[in-house]
Amino acid sequence: MTRVRRWLPGLLLVSPSIVAIAVFVYGMLGWNFRLAMTDKHDEVSEGGFVGLENFIGIWDQQRWSLSVNHAIVFTVVFVGGALALGWLLAFLMEKGLRGEGTFRAIYLFPMAISFVATGVVWRWLMNSGTGERAVGLNRLFDNLGLEFLQWQWFRDPDWGMAAMAIPAIWQMSGYVMALFLAGFRGVPEELREAARVDGCTEWDVYRRIVLPLLRPVTLSALIILGHISLKAFDLIVAVSGKQIITDVPAVFMWVAVFDAHDPAKGATIAAYIVIAVSIFVVPYLVWSLRKERRS
Amino acid sequence: MTATAVRTRGAHERAARRVQWVRGVRLAVLLAFVLIFLAPVYVLLVTSFKPLTEADPSRAWALPETWTFEPWRVAWEKLAPGIWNSVLLTVPGALISAALGSMNGYVLSKWRFPGADIVFTLFLFGMFIPYQGVMIPLVQLLVNLNELTGLNGVFYGGIPGLVLAHVVYGIPICTLIFRNYYVTIPDEVIEAARVDGATMLRTYRSVVLPLSGPAFAVVIIWQFTSLWNDFLFAVFLTGPQSWPTTVMLNNIAGAQTVPYSQQMAAALLASVPTMIVYVILGRFFMRGLMAGSLKG
Repeated sequence: MTRVRRWLPGLLLVSPSIVAIAVFVYGMLGWNFRLAMTDKHDEVSEGGFVGLENFIGIWDQQRWSLSVNHAIVFTVVFVGGALALGWLLAFLMEKGLRGEGTFRAIYLFPMAISFVATGVVWRWLMNSGTGERAVGLNRLFDNLGLEFLQWQWFRDPDWGMAAMAIPAIWQMSGYVMALFLAGFRGVPEELREAARVDGCTEWDVYRRIVLPLLRPVTLSALIILGHISLKAFDLIVAVSGKQIITDVPAVFMWVAVFDAHDPAKGATIAAYIVIAVSIFVVPYLVWSLRKERRS
Repeated sequence: MTATAVRTRGAHERAARRVQWVRGVRLAVLLAFVLIFLAPVYVLLVTSFKPLTEADPSRAWALPETWTFEPWRVAWEKLAPGIWNSVLLTVPGALISAALGSMNGYVLSKWRFPGADIVFTLFLFGMFIPYQGVMIPLVQLLVNLNELTGLNGVFYGGIPGLVLAHVVYGIPICTLIFRNYYVTIPDEVIEAARVDGATMLRTYRSVVLPLSGPAFAVVIIWQFTSLWNDFLFAVFLTGPQSWPTTVMLNNIAGAQTVPYSQQMAAALLASVPTMIVYVILGRFFMRGLMAGSLKG
């Protein structure tokens, strides 16, 4: 009884949040999945249970497979690019330099701005006009005598989504840099020194000591970037609106709900996004819970 | 001086020169990236001060010949209602989130109940879910709340509904930040208060809360920034009367008829509050970011 009295007040204090999370996260995810399994394709009908019909049928729609392809290209370029650039910046700053605080602040400031605001300038920078009508980066290339670099950017039918990843890399690589920098600095200096005394070259020290110790940081960065990428919405809407050429599932879902007024289809797309993100995140959460219990 | 001494000195000099050279290259690369990172800001600033007569593509990267505040004036006129809505949204949203997060973090670190670990992990999943997955039911619920209470345009299509959504989906990150902060308070301090017969709430008020300043700063800044910058919830849950800055900005920027100078002035205006916070309180913003990576 005294034991119960010891923890009960705590449980009571947290219970409003537990109820809120239960209803708004898990309840609504469940509700969404249920809606995705009905034929409620307009706002008035009741919607009967149709099982997985929507989940299978959507693959017949060209726009859906296109948006999935786009999301994959975007994710690969964005995650790879942000990891590489963030790592490079951290690697260059690792040993410390004068004015480090200023450098960090500059690399990180895009994180404090909304994708909608940065989308305005990136749409201008990545304007597809060439020649006389060129603005943005195409104009800059022209001024620098690098005309061969001009291209259609996000309007390129094959690699447009790779261009779309550029603003996202710009926005997020400072964050990756901060993660890696903390990781680099977490490697004890004695460990490096010991290896050097044993005759390891700097490269050996890096490959055999620093890199393995950076693995958890890399995993965190990968998970964070991956789930951000699969949810990408603001940036794409801000840069190109609802155009099919840059469609991704998150934008397609918005169109399905607001323009096509098809709740079941919207819910199906949303469910697929949830599944994709969960594949990334659930193992990671289980892993961190286990790690926490051990410590 | 012997020959070997000369040779080692030569080697030393060469090594020193190499170190300097490496340092120079490193600095050059870092400075090049500073330029790349700041280029969009340059474009925003320069374009936002250009009069319409200088909208010629050939002058795209040049400084304005005559500087004008006209685009800023027009942008402010168009954006002001959204900025006001954003203030009404972010201030209560950030404060309520911080209060909830503090209480949750306190219990989950210092007053744990059986299964607290599982509850915490289930909370954390809520931090990562794509909000698209809850959006349709959320809209439906808020519409129902409008009908139920007879308060039209309050929950769905109003600021209170948007605040509710942000507070609820902000619980996980706020709880996480406070919990990781409170873990660093020694258990003995809490235990001592307990032995003295202080209740849970009493201990919170007189022991934990006075120590919580930095954590409150981190959470309030974090929530302020993410609420101010949010577009997804806003676009699904609000209507023309309650559009916050981001939605208004997207409407301005999406219209083909609005000149670039006004779009860019509007984008800068929309970013001013979060940039001020970042410049003055960047330290706390960083801590929030690192908490998001789940260390601890």
